[in-house]
Amino acid sequence: MNTKSIVLTCASLLLCTGLARAADVEVLHWWTSGGEARSVDHLKKSLGAKGVGWKDFAVAGGGGENAMTVLKSRAVSGNPPTAAQIKGPSIQEWGDLGFLANIDAVAKSNRWDSLLPTVVSDVMKHEGKYVAAPVNVHRVNWLWANPAVFKKAGATIPTTWQDFMVQARKIQDAGMIALAHGGQAWQDATVFESIALGIGGSDYYRKAFVELDMKTLDSATTREVFRVFGEVRGLIDSNAPGRDWNVATSMVIKGEAGMQLMGDWAKGEFTAAGKTPGVDYVCVAAPGTSGSFTFNIDSFAFFNQGDAGAQKAQRAMAAEILSEDFQKVFNLNKGSIPARLGMARDEFDSCAHASMDAFLASAQTGGLVPSFAHGMAVSEAVSGAIYDTATNYLNSRQSVEDGVKQLVAAIKSAQ
Amino acid sequence: MTSRAPINWGRWFIYATLLLFLLVYLTPLYVMLTTSFKDIEEIRSGNLMALPDSPTLAAWVKAWSSACTGSECEGLAPFFWNSVNIVVPAVIISTIIGALNGYVLAKWRFRGSDLLFGALLFGCFIPFQVILLPMARLLATLGLANTVSGLVLVHVIYGLAFTTLFFRNFYVSVPDELVKAAQLDGAGFFSIFRHVFLPLSLPIFTVTLIWQFTQIWNDFLFGVVYSGSGTQPITVALNNLVNTSVGGKEYNVDMAAALIAALPTLLVYVVAGKYFIRGLTAGSVKG
Amino acid sequence: MNWLEKMLPKLVLAPTTVAMIVCMYGFMIWTGALSMTRSRMLPQWEFVGFDQYVRLFQNPRWEVALNNLWIFGFLFIAISLVLGLVLAILLDQKIRGEGFIRTVYLYPMAISFIVTGTAWKWIMNPGLGLEKLMRDFGFETFEFRWLVDQEMAIYTIVIAAVWQSSGFVMAMFLAGLRGVDDSLIKASQIDGASAWQAYWHVILPILRPVFFSAVMILAHIAIKSFDLVQALTAGGPGYASDLPANFMYTYAFNRAQMGVGAASAVIMLFGVLAILVPYLYSELRSQRK
Repeated sequence: MNTKSIVLTCASLLLCTGLARAADVEVLHWWTSGGEARSVDHLKKSLGAKGVGWKDFAVAGGGGENAMTVLKSRAVSGNPPTAAQIKGPSIQEWGDLGFLANIDAVAKSNRWDSLLPTVVSDVMKHEGKYVAAPVNVHRVNWLWANPAVFKKAGATIPTTWQDFMVQARKIQDAGMIALAHGGQAWQDATVFESIALGIGGSDYYRKAFVELDMKTLDSATTREVFRVFGEVRGLIDSNAPGRDWNVATSMVIKGEAGMQLMGDWAKGEFTAAGKTPGVDYVCVAAPGTSGSFTFNIDSFAFFNQGDAGAQKAQRAMAAEILSEDFQKVFNLNKGSIPARLGMARDEFDSCAHASMDAFLASAQTGGLVPSFAHGMAVSEAVSGAIYDTATNYLNSRQSVEDGVKQLVAAIKSAQ
Repeated sequence: MTSRAPINWGRWFIYATLLLFLLVYLTPLYVMLTTSFKDIEEIRSGNLMALPDSPTLAAWVKAWSSACTGSECEGLAPFFWNSVNIVVPAVIISTIIGALNGYVLAKWRFRGSDLLFGALLFGCFIPFQVILLPMARLLATLGLANTVSGLVLVHVIYGLAFTTLFFRNFYVSVPDELVKAAQLDGAGFFSIFRHVFLPLSLPIFTVTLIWQFTQIWNDFLFGVVYSGSGTQPITVALNNLVNTSVGGKEYNVDMAAALIAALPTLLVYVVAGKYFIRGLTAGSVKG
Repeated sequence: MNWLEKMLPKLVLAPTTVAMIVCMYGFMIWTGALSMTRSRMLPQWEFVGFDQYVRLFQNPRWEVALNNLWIFGFLFIAISLVLGLVLAILLDQKIRGEGFIRTVYLYPMAISFIVTGTAWKWIMNPGLGLEKLMRDFGFETFEFRWLVDQEMAIYTIVIAAVWQSSGFVMAMFLAGLRGVDDSLIKASQIDGASAWQAYWHVILPILRPVFFSAVMILAHIAIKSFDLVQALTAGGPGYASDLPANFMYTYAFNRAQMGVGAASAVIMLFGVLAILVPYLYSELRSQRK
């Protein structure tokens, strides 16, 4: 080989190694069912088009329970995945332990601060720096109803909890189930949360369940919440324990039950069954919560990687998550609304529009609150304590007083 | 064994009881099988126990090759071989070590060896959830984190108590005279093992191999925590497949998938079952 | 050469001993230490004495889990032993088709607890399973709602677990029975004992080592029962069918209360110690002859 070609070869080699080739991203998540899997797959493909490989690391079960166990052992053994499906205060806990990677560079160059509402970007930042990317915004305080069932029972869609009880009895008298419910701890907590918000209002909710003020927790309002929650026992069918949420939704779809209190992911079930909003089903705010928006934001948190290639891939993934294309596809599939502001609304349906409007409005009025039933408001330990109390209360004949006492004690013990 | 006087409860009673339990034992399998051959509409509207109206293999095909287990929708097939890669070395290694351990504990006792055995037996009661984190740390130190070898090591370590138990109990019933005679012939530790004990050991090897195979193939916890993406065993894939939270449960696919995951161990029991009994009979559980 | 021969047995046991000391007892001590720290999401070595134990015992869910362990453990072991023994004795009576029957009784052991839990969850579901079946057959008032009943849910776990394991116990007893020398039976019969008495007084005592192994294996399964609970009831309704292993897992890994989880594990181990060590000791001593 003559000198020229040697130089050329060396130069090209240098060029190739100088540009750190983006490595694969290893992503831990638990979105394993049809619609969700498709959305994740979409992300995988778009990253693939940018030259970033995807190592899927799916661990289902318990709404993330198994995944979190795996994540912790990976963290302890010193090789966490590139990104993991973590949300809410947990992001702060992982950040405090020093595991999360700073992706401010991506955030700045893509102007995330202007694309995301403050409420959302605050959750994604640890000590002021971005460490996670939001995928969507779910609204939890929805009531899904089947108008045909209501018509048959001569009932109207309730807007307060008092009215809810009245209309529910009418549906029961007509031979149908009033409230379709799946007896799992998180679902019990979801109903409890809507009742707490509906009866106490967003100020009470914030004081009691976000700030964990003991006086507010041990108050007459809480007792009223428990009283109403106790009445729910009589409105669900006896096969509820253990039932999955989407099986409960199908009860409403089929007209066996009148209502379900569930977040906006329930909409996906209606859509998959070919139902039209406003005609076959109705989405309204849970009783008493029409000015409020209980949010649940799914996000991917990024873990410190030693390798330059892995860091590059991580940044590519973060940028892609907030891209218009991904936000649109993912949220259309999942029933939530994009975290990114200012996106075109035409492809979304009427329930999504209602959600978007409520999101913006409640941000102004202070009715935008994090969901404690979905790990957005307080630490895992406290959420768990509320879960245990709520699920035990709903499944037993515990008295209001005992329920409140257990709640207060459990929350204290979990801090 | 010809003149054991039958208990005078009447043969009919004996057969009736056995038959009743046959039904009880078979019912879950029956339910799973029939459900896996039905289509989803029939499941939702029909009777749990009814035979399928028009049996179809569609659920099985889907479970094997196209069900979603994450963002991949390739069914259980890729994970099947992952499990094989994990189970085969783990079973073989833990069995061999157990055999040697059992040999020592049965015939080469020394002061403290019984205490060791007791400690080993008690140690196997530790709930596995407890060891997840420290073991993760340990594997990382050994450079085996998230590798197949690491997972195999974990299975070997936690299988040692039972394999040792089986072999030790079996070898205890081998007469000491055989050992002494071999020693007089000048045989050493390993050659006594090779020439006296190994030839006798087929039954107990069978028992241990079957037991270990079942335990390790069906394990979920170690598999999910210590495998890396791409090397996850079939139990993890099954869990992902079954725990879908959106879009309606496909019970038929779930059942088919569970049966596919259970097939190797079921086959092992059905085929090697009588060797299993023979092995147990040959003294593994006496003393 | 002589020295090597003497050391060889110990050398052979060495790897296992090391593994046992590190991976069993070492980790138990690690857990014990962890239970005295402030650990939340991941281990943090800030000592707080018995704080976590206080929290643990103030927790109503833990009380339920402990209670359930006694109920479940006792019933599971007792019923499996009795059922296994009875089936073994019956099968020992020169039955036609013994091989087939044995295989059927044994196969549940081959299936993972997750699969067992899922299948039984279906069968015991009031709206889908046994209750519906019986009602379809015409027994309008038949009820089997244990699965969704706070008081009875733990017994459904007993049922599924016994189904899974009793076949194995049967196999062990059958093997043991086959190994009993006939001359012993004949001798007792010559002495005028009925078949019943022959069994009770002669055979059962001989089966004592089998009882020992069976109890060890069953107790081991009982303590470790985690997958079955997750799949069958998920600890529900509420947390009425929770067991300590599930409690420990949830609190350590999902509630970011690792200290409490570790404390619960330590209590579990002490419980096992208290019961098994005397048993182990007495059995191993009596086998020493």
